[in-house]
Amino acid sequence: MKKLVSVLLVLAMVFCFAACGDTNAPADDNGDVALKVGYIFIGSINDGGFTQGMYEGAVASKEHFAGKMDFIYRENVSEDTQEVKSTALNMIDEGCNVIIACSFGFGDAMNELSAEYPDIYFLHFSGAMKNDTNFDNWFGSMEQARYLTGMAAAAATQTNVLGYVAAYPYTEVQIGINAFTLGAQAVNPDVTVKVVYINTWGDAEKERTGAETLLNAGADVICYHADTTASQLAAVDADAYVIGWNYPKNDAGDHYLTAAYWRPEMYYNYALQNIMDGTFKPESYYGTMADGLINIDEISEVVPQDVRDRIADVQAQMVAGEFNVFEGPIYYADGSVLCEEGQVLDRAGIWSINQEIKGVSAI
Amino acid sequence: MTTFLAACVVASIPLLFATVGELITEKAGNTNLGVEGMMLMGAVMAFITSYNTGSALLTVIVAVVAGAVGAFLYAFLTISLRANQIVTGLTLTIFGTGFAKFVGQPYLGKGVPASVTAVFAKKPIPLLSDIPAFGKIFFNQDIFVYFAYLICIGFAIYMYRTRMGVNLKAVGENTAAADASGINVMLYKYVHVLIGGALCGLGGAYLSVVRVPLWQEDIVNGRGWIAVALVIFVAWNPIKAFFGSILFGGLSILGMQLQVMGVSFSQYIFDMVPYLCTILIVIFSTSSKRKEGQAPADLSNNYFREER
Repeated sequence: MKKLVSVLLVLAMVFCFAACGDTNAPADDNGDVALKVGYIFIGSINDGGFTQGMYEGAVASKEHFAGKMDFIYRENVSEDTQEVKSTALNMIDEGCNVIIACSFGFGDAMNELSAEYPDIYFLHFSGAMKNDTNFDNWFGSMEQARYLTGMAAAAATQTNVLGYVAAYPYTEVQIGINAFTLGAQAVNPDVTVKVVYINTWGDAEKERTGAETLLNAGADVICYHADTTASQLAAVDADAYVIGWNYPKNDAGDHYLTAAYWRPEMYYNYALQNIMDGTFKPESYYGTMADGLINIDEISEVVPQDVRDRIADVQAQMVAGEFNVFEGPIYYADGSVLCEEGQVLDRAGIWSINQEIKGVSAI
Repeated sequence: MTTFLAACVVASIPLLFATVGELITEKAGNTNLGVEGMMLMGAVMAFITSYNTGSALLTVIVAVVAGAVGAFLYAFLTISLRANQIVTGLTLTIFGTGFAKFVGQPYLGKGVPASVTAVFAKKPIPLLSDIPAFGKIFFNQDIFVYFAYLICIGFAIYMYRTRMGVNLKAVGENTAAADASGINVMLYKYVHVLIGGALCGLGGAYLSVVRVPLWQEDIVNGRGWIAVALVIFVAWNPIKAFFGSILFGGLSILGMQLQVMGVSFSQYIFDMVPYLCTILIVIFSTSSKRKEGQAPADLSNNYFREER
């Protein structure tokens, strides 16, 4: 009897192991899902800013592929390479064959994993890292949207002073400031742009204080490059106008002019389609107004009709690929030349900007 | 200039609440390093209340209660169970930060209803606000600011002019002697630690409900630690805490002001100054023989009657 029991127990154990093995086999029951995408986000998907935009893009992309694409996501992942790697590895375990990492600091982890997992695709927002097969970076010409919002701001100001709450004095931010200023100068050559660097990407209180400092210094339109909408609230209280950023979220009612924002589904759809078709090739993708990755929100009626028409016209030229934001002559604030007469900055030229241009007052 | 000084006062308010809160706690002989955590608990609970109820009164009550609940956790562990005060305080900060992230998650990027912002809008005090410059700086503010003034003055009177204040100082200076003289040491410790936590909660609520006002995960962003340094900087004196907070608050926004004035100076230096000043003060006060301006003698020592 004892022998029988022990044999049964051993058999039961073997069955257990076999059963475990079965669940590890790839589950291909929902047959037509060609791609499972894992999104890694730095913030929360309801932050009303960058991450919400990236997340809603994923939802739109899933709709676009109608059942052929599914996704999972992890939010609030810190820019710690080990944490990013383990998050991505979990996603790969869960069956993801594409990882989209939506923050600059996730790049190193993507770089390492792309070598280890040649069958998985890694798409990294921002930066310049890529390989020849399964790892690419993607970004966009936000300078185009900044230029257009600058035109709107210059049309709305009474004091000819525009305020810009900026995170850090670094290339991406400075490209935005310069493009915004060029757009503003195109509408109103007398305008100056005052910049306050707050030295953080997101601290609502600092952002608000920065906006208030600019408003007290005479600015009556505020533009910002930081995470929260605190600058919008400051503009409302000072009865000034404001331009949104990252995501078309209006916290300022009638004081909201427009916003410069990302529509990431335009890239997701393009890259995922290429992966499905087997034609994916890393190219260091740079989206524009033309493919819709870069966008501006509907412009408020505070901006006079003729300026709105001009903005629409420039936007049409951008979409047609006929408009260059950085076309010479453009001078830095210290008088040195950024771009000579007749010269047009290419992508590399734009990304080597490291100062503010003439017309900007920044320290 | 007056606009900037008025902005300094606004920037000082979260610091002032937290500093006076920590000061009261330390006067009772307890170091509570959970200031940051209690501020975040107050900030998030006050925000959620104002968002859901639209009641300014409830918002304030919940901020006070949330801070006090955080302080109660600390008080129970350190006063009743005699756990290490430093470790418990640090744990409270970590707990409060996580708690605020967790319960605040659905409210990210949301705003405060107009019914609440209207109550907390700037309200000039008649007559006083007409004083040139001075009035605009100090008396054209919101009710939180005025309440902070009252807290400072009230606590100074309590500490220096009442029997209970003397008892409180005795508890912090020599707990055993205070116990022997018939003071209810446990009660004094609990009450003051809880009041301290409640004030920290108010400081956090000021940021999320009045100052910004929208919810962001890390809205306190290290201000709790500046408050801990401030308590040492102002030598446990509530009136000095008022000026110290304005100084440290002002330093936190001075860099931006200089930028619009066209003066080049790194904000990072200003961000270092509060800690630098505190280190200097610690050096001077510990090397001087004077009694005044020293930490309470029994600070951070847990009291156990049967031990003696």
